[in-house]
Amino acid sequence: MRGWRTLGILVGAVVLLLFPLVLEQYKLYLASLTLVYLILAIGLNLTLGYAGQISLAHAGFMSFGAYAVAILVPLGVPFEGGLVVGVVIAFLWGLVLGFPALKVKHHYLAMVTLGFNIIVFLVLRNWESLTGGSFGISGIARPRWGPVRFQSDRAYYYYILGWTVLVVASAHWILHSRWGRAFRSIRENEMRAEVVGVSLRNYKLMAFAIGSAYAGVGGALFAPLLTYIDPGAFTLDRSIQFLMMVVMGGLGRFEGPFLGAVVVTLLPELLRASEGFYLIIFSLAVILMMLFMPKGLVEIWDWMVRKMTRRRHGPAHPPAPPEPAAVLEAK
Amino acid sequence: MTDVFQLLVAGLSIGSIYAMAAIGFVLLWQTSNTINFAQGEFVVLPAFVMVLFLTVFRFPFAAAFVATVIVSTLLLGLLVKKVLVERLLKMGVLPLVIATIGLSMLIRYSLQQFWTPLALPFPAIFSRQPIRVGGVIFSSEEVMNVLSAAIVIGTLQLLIRRTKLGWAMQAVAQNRDLASVLGINVSRLVGVTFMLNAALTAVAAVLIAPVYLVKYDIGIGIGLKAFYAAIIGGFNQIRGALLGGLLVGLVETYSAAYISNQFRDAFALVILIGVLLLKPEGLLGIKEEWA
Repeated sequence: MRGWRTLGILVGAVVLLLFPLVLEQYKLYLASLTLVYLILAIGLNLTLGYAGQISLAHAGFMSFGAYAVAILVPLGVPFEGGLVVGVVIAFLWGLVLGFPALKVKHHYLAMVTLGFNIIVFLVLRNWESLTGGSFGISGIARPRWGPVRFQSDRAYYYYILGWTVLVVASAHWILHSRWGRAFRSIRENEMRAEVVGVSLRNYKLMAFAIGSAYAGVGGALFAPLLTYIDPGAFTLDRSIQFLMMVVMGGLGRFEGPFLGAVVVTLLPELLRASEGFYLIIFSLAVILMMLFMPKGLVEIWDWMVRKMTRRRHGPAHPPAPPEPAAVLEAK
Repeated sequence: MTDVFQLLVAGLSIGSIYAMAAIGFVLLWQTSNTINFAQGEFVVLPAFVMVLFLTVFRFPFAAAFVATVIVSTLLLGLLVKKVLVERLLKMGVLPLVIATIGLSMLIRYSLQQFWTPLALPFPAIFSRQPIRVGGVIFSSEEVMNVLSAAIVIGTLQLLIRRTKLGWAMQAVAQNRDLASVLGINVSRLVGVTFMLNAALTAVAAVLIAPVYLVKYDIGIGIGLKAFYAAIIGGFNQIRGALLGGLLVGLVETYSAAYISNQFRDAFALVILIGVLLLKPEGLLGIKEEWA
């Protein structure tokens, strides 16, 4: 099992490193976009998948990172400085917004975050002196380190890839620290978690704020990728898209966001040939998936892993039962 | 000062339509823990069906209305419950949430693709003859909208308060397992609630269509308002959803007229967030137990 995992990571690394060398411009853009969405999905998976708190404001948090970079970089701040500012703002707003989460059940949190995203959108559209209003901000520069510039699409892809590795590693670390265990114990059973000494208040807040901070990272990387942002990029629809990514990928599973980000970003592109029908096909696919694979695409993943390991060890060893997927409502 | 009264009626008129959608929303949550993200499209689809019966089949108005309610009840009530809800209900809240998001997109883009991306005109149901009371001028359409909504909601309240079906619904809302043990067929009741909701949204559709025109994407706005209304009033109270709907309609109308048309959607949201911070169970809501 461990050998297979190492092999998988190696193959993935080689593909991610070499693939862009042969991709044409649009496909390269899609690959970069998938990585950005992966970062956002990992953040939401922390909040929703592991700590069980729904957020429909992920695109709003993302906009903090994007606008921080777009506004600060022209003033002479290095890209990474803008990113940090955006992430801090997202984190702080995550704390503010996560606060009602301490008092209410998750469907109310869905409403608060939904409202927050709409307010962020309205502010972005109407605070023209800062955000450029509905015209947005164009000509966003890509990062540079002294003489090294990440100006070309290919160079910027590798820059995003670097951040993605950082994000994945940090998420892995968080989930395997006592934080991750606390998040999971909250999701499984709040009351039990509290009884055994998990401070619900702090961990719930942190799960929400950390997830939001990841959205800030994704947003900061998103702005120079398109070189142009406007409020329309950070609507509630986009937040719902992230929610679909995480749920379709597989809630509370480390592999989930990878599968979700790839499918939700690339499936519409594959279906684009069908012209106006692709949204219809996509929504049908979403419904069918929920009906027949409610635990997400990781079910296929698990099935494949099981097949492979069974072939190696022989059928005598029963496959390890997959981790229980997150069924949120305790009812 | 006369404006204030005119806007009051206008706000109540649109608010009572939001209230109907919101009440349906609350009923679904109560009996089946479904957060229906497609509630807006549940209003739009019947509006299109009504246009179909009126302009293509040339039904008289009353017949078209009855046909629309029946189609809506079967399609958005029975079919949705049988195909989607029955399977997903056991899985918890989230899969059903995602499925209703998918459903809303499916309805929206199917209408756009297979029917029309344009706005369809809808005949006025009630005369738009102005009514004068003192110096104040009302449109009779608005007054009739409020009255129709009042009749529908009143009937629903009677149904829930006075009939066996209503009592069963209340029992399921309070404790699903216990209700089941007491011999209530919960699954059938959920089906009935979905059909009731579809009938409600069909009535809302016919009332709102002359105001908004019939277009494939108006459901987004209507669904959101129904949401706000349900949260502001309280997720577990029909009276709450009614109050919430009227409030949202009034706030929207007044703020558009007096403050800023651009931010009209923001003011209802400000109330929403205030309510969530100060009284998260809603104005008339009752605190739910921690699950």
